[in-house]
Amino acid sequence: MEKGTFIKMALTGNEAYAYAMKQINPDVVAAYPITPATEIVQIFSKYVANGEVDTEFIPVESEHSALSACVGASVGGARVMTGTSSQGLALMHEIQYIAAGLRLPIVMAVANRTLSAPINIHGDHSDTMGSRDSGWIQIYTENANEAYHSVIMAIKIAETVNLPAMVMLDGFIISHEMEVVNTLPDEEVKKFIGERKPLYNLFDFENPVTVGPLDLQDYYFEHKRQQMEAMFNAKKVILEITKKYNDTFGTDIPAFVEPYRLDDAEYAVVALSSAASTLKEIIDEWREKGEKVGLLRLRITRPFPYEEVKKYLSGIKAVGVMDRAETHSTLGGPMLQEVKAALYDAEKRPKITGFVFGLGGRDFDDEQANTVLSMIKDLKDGKELPLYSFIGVRE
Amino acid sequence: MQRLNLKQLAERSQGFAPGHRACAGCAFPSIIRMLLAAGADYDLVIANATGCMEVVTTIMPYSAWPVPWVHNAFENAGATISGIERAYKALLKRGKIKNAKKPVKFVAIGGDGGTYDIGLQALSGAIERGHDFLYVLYDNEGYMNTGIQRSSATPLHAHTTTSPAGTVIPGKQQPRKDLTKIIAMHRPRYAAQGSPAFWNDLVKKFQKGLEVDGPAFVAVLSTCPPGWGTPENMSIELTKLAVETRFWPLYEYEDGYWKVNYKPRKFVPVEEFLKHQGRFKHIMKRPELIKEIQDEIEKNWKELLWLESRKKEEEK
Repeated sequence: MEKGTFIKMALTGNEAYAYAMKQINPDVVAAYPITPATEIVQIFSKYVANGEVDTEFIPVESEHSALSACVGASVGGARVMTGTSSQGLALMHEIQYIAAGLRLPIVMAVANRTLSAPINIHGDHSDTMGSRDSGWIQIYTENANEAYHSVIMAIKIAETVNLPAMVMLDGFIISHEMEVVNTLPDEEVKKFIGERKPLYNLFDFENPVTVGPLDLQDYYFEHKRQQMEAMFNAKKVILEITKKYNDTFGTDIPAFVEPYRLDDAEYAVVALSSAASTLKEIIDEWREKGEKVGLLRLRITRPFPYEEVKKYLSGIKAVGVMDRAETHSTLGGPMLQEVKAALYDAEKRPKITGFVFGLGGRDFDDEQANTVLSMIKDLKDGKELPLYSFIGVRE
Repeated sequence: MQRLNLKQLAERSQGFAPGHRACAGCAFPSIIRMLLAAGADYDLVIANATGCMEVVTTIMPYSAWPVPWVHNAFENAGATISGIERAYKALLKRGKIKNAKKPVKFVAIGGDGGTYDIGLQALSGAIERGHDFLYVLYDNEGYMNTGIQRSSATPLHAHTTTSPAGTVIPGKQQPRKDLTKIIAMHRPRYAAQGSPAFWNDLVKKFQKGLEVDGPAFVAVLSTCPPGWGTPENMSIELTKLAVETRFWPLYEYEDGYWKVNYKPRKFVPVEEFLKHQGRFKHIMKRPELIKEIQDEIEKNWKELLWLESRKKEEEK
């Protein structure tokens, strides 16, 4: 393939994800349907039924069993994938920690959706923000094209550091929106991801292994320390693999963060996923009016890019952090807290405020984006703002 | 199927290492030895639910297991073995692993908490999907690992720490769930109930469960001396008395037909089984409560004989 020449396909986020899975052709997929991620499993089942992949597909009876079966298969040395949303991810919560603790490079698609109650099928980040401490690499993608490439990279990253990875796409906004996706030929995907090299062979009956033993005060801490070392190591690996991917295929996927018009910015907004696209449009308009405003999109939040956050935001006068999730701590959204922590020892610490927006799939529109930028500008100009504000809600 | 004598059993069950931390008198190490003896014709992969067995046999850095063994969580042994079985199939199909020397068989093991209660859904799903595995339930009739709490396997009137024999309520107020029948109604390839006291029968059941291509289930009664309040040297005898009193009948379900494997020649009242156990001490002077347990036994036995009475065409 000539660098930079892609096979252009019109795909929704879910279709792009499922198509990447088809090209990856994992050994085992175990999954359970849930809106808005259902399509990923549906499309993949069709690939299986039509012989387009020879993956062993396990249509389990719950998300808990989906991830449990993935753990079993991954312990067995297989390359394993799954996908879910919302309540499904919450039901998997227990097993997420086990997948990470057993150092299993499972890759999971999450079409972000809010959590009950009240029940709502639309997009926000409540589900995956609840998995921040589970030990998974977390990748938030901005559009279907990025989701497609991120899944392929995630396989390579996860299998290099032996940690599981979840790749997010905003429920409905990206999962169901159709766009042009620059896909790669099957053989290029295969070549890039290579084969999984498991740490042990469960089916070596001459040398039987015991996996998942009781690990008490005398060993547990060391194992957790090793797991943490893998996450520290993931920072370097993610940078290397993303660079190699972009160099090989001529893509332009940012690794941890994407700075947008930040070079001379006096104030800036921090956002994840599809909301960043909306903000970029509005920032362009404000720039035309002469406003020195920019954006920092966080793409990978686990491991958290504290160095990049410090590098790009230190010296900026005011920063607003967007959260499509609540922590219910009264301390603001999860990304607000983490960006603040990353900037605590910055040489030139900006003033910071936060915004919680779009819960339950409430549209994040131009008007809200304008309000957000105005408020950050006010903060820059010396106006006192609360710890964080709710945007686009009827008070 | 090779019928194994005691000497062969002893030879074939080598490998389950001594030094594990099971309580004195715990019945499940004997059950595991019988399972491994029955499985010696295969290469086994085991998925173990959280519970006493998982805890006492694998305290890091030690392991009592001579075969590949995986512990995931409490409620998901059925799902875990599903994933392992399919991974093996996938890797073999793609030439990523070599064929084992012997046929490979997949075994999931759980206690009654991990099987009757929290793990029932995962087990039900795995059987329905038709994975090739044998599920072995060691049923000690309570959550013994957490300190003797009631499960849906705990028998009527038994004292546990969450169904205590109080001054008003005499222990657990419900009879146990009939899990083997529930599993049989999933139409697995094989389902059975066994007891370590009837070793010949139990080994045969393990052999059958391993031999079939598809899901199989064997429930085994397992004595818990601290949980049952019984002497350590009576464990096997108690699993014999459980069968003689028909408290734990030996039967199997195959291809839609039921067979009771042992019918005691003479009536042995359930007191003979209950009287050795601290968990029933509070009812030993209350014949009306013992009668309730006896009535439950008679009801179940009648039902079992009725199920067995449906004969195959060729037997009519």
